[in-house]
Amino acid sequence: MNFEFVVKDLSKDYGFGPVLDPLSFTLAAGERLAVIGESGCGKSTLLRLLSGMEKPSRGAVTARRSDKNAASPVKRDSRPRSAFVWQNLGLFPWKNVLANLTLPLELAGLGKREREAKARAMLDELGLTGMDARWPASLSGGQRQRLALGRALIAEPDVLFLDEPFSALDALTRERLQEFLLVLLERRLCTMVLVTHDIGEAVFLGERILVLGGRPARAAAWLENPLSGAPGWREHAAFFRMSRQVHAALRNAAALQNTNGKDRTPADAAI
Amino acid sequence: MKYKAPIRYMLAFVALCLAWQAGSLSLTRDVLPSPGETFALFLQALGSAAFWKDMGMSAWRLCLGLALATGVAFPAGLLLGHCRKADAIAAPLVFLTYPLPKVVLLPVFFTFLGLGDAPRIFLLALATGYQILVIVRGTALELAPSYRVSFRSMGGTPLQALRHVYIPAALPGLLTALKVACGTAVAVLFLAESFATRSGLGFRIMDAWGRGDATDMFVGILGISALGLALYGLCCLAERLFCPWRAP
Repeated sequence: MNFEFVVKDLSKDYGFGPVLDPLSFTLAAGERLAVIGESGCGKSTLLRLLSGMEKPSRGAVTARRSDKNAASPVKRDSRPRSAFVWQNLGLFPWKNVLANLTLPLELAGLGKREREAKARAMLDELGLTGMDARWPASLSGGQRQRLALGRALIAEPDVLFLDEPFSALDALTRERLQEFLLVLLERRLCTMVLVTHDIGEAVFLGERILVLGGRPARAAAWLENPLSGAPGWREHAAFFRMSRQVHAALRNAAALQNTNGKDRTPADAAI
Repeated sequence: MKYKAPIRYMLAFVALCLAWQAGSLSLTRDVLPSPGETFALFLQALGSAAFWKDMGMSAWRLCLGLALATGVAFPAGLLLGHCRKADAIAAPLVFLTYPLPKVVLLPVFFTFLGLGDAPRIFLLALATGYQILVIVRGTALELAPSYRVSFRSMGGTPLQALRHVYIPAALPGLLTALKVACGTAVAVLFLAESFATRSGLGFRIMDAWGRGDATDMFVGILGISALGLALYGLCCLAERLFCPWRAP
């Protein structure tokens, strides 16, 4: 199913002032969006709003069928299916690798045989063949991460939401997993929204980069990053140029936040 | 660790017997019979039907009491730990009555439930059920919110969450609670069996004491200890069986 997401005037207020200024954009089917910003700037809030886990105070996120057969929508698939990988992965320690992997399928009501066939294929794809009966606690950090990615993708979601999924890994493992994620996504038609505070990660994975800054958060910059996913992209001169651009946008956003602070509360300015 | 667990347990057992022997020598055998003669009599008792009848009676009361406690307290603990509204109402009731020593209610239960097994089993269940309730509720409250978020984001219903998240996450807590409850249960059992009954190890101990037969009394004490030990062992076994992910 191809879905595009139309975000219109999306904003959030928890009751003590807005945390997100109205934000509008369109996300094409299969597009990879990276949202970057300082810790606590509201990126995770934006992710929860986009995914529908939280209701916006104003505005809306609508999913529109963007494929040719949209005229005859099947009811069951009229809503996009989403999947998540959280910072702490959310793997269940009391379920072994296979049970963790098949859980989304089980919740969707798939039969045991079908679940396990899909899981075997996914285990092979994840490079976790033969580890079905292992407990998550006995896996390495990278293996756990792959398992979490596989569990998110096994039910063939239309959109994958990632909330700083690789932040607990060492630099090299993180790069390997970013590359692995791209490989997984290339084989599927799946839109990706990644929230991160890592510039390299945003530039490597995001075809578009949204720099969030200020309080309340607003789009400090939208950067087109069409070379993301190209072979050798991490080594490319343009990769570093884009990284510098994101860096500058983040700095500007921070400066914006400070000036914002002055005309808000003295406490904010003190920080 | 230089020695394997069975050897370490054997060594501990021998050390305890030596301490016992020393105590027996210094206190005279009328007060504390020696381990040798107690074990000899204990082995002899193992061959008698009367001893096994008492043992069986006690084991039956213990198991029924603990099963009743688990059956009520585990779901209740889950409910309080995961449902704020239920907790707001029930937690004050639980914690106001928690410190109350349940054993003092035995005469009350005798009055209401008669002098049969019911008041004894009910007392056992009440004393151990509180421990299970408090520990299971605590475990449920401590469940990292990330598991709930992760499960909810997979589109699971609350009922499915119960099966896939809340129950398995609470099992280690339940088994810890049962281990704690084993000790309580055996202690409460003794009290519950020392009045108005002619069966069970508690009765046997009090009866031997009344007759001034210290050795037979210690046979009963060994029996009730063995029962507690077996129960504790069962809990450990259950932990391995039901919480395999926690195995070292």
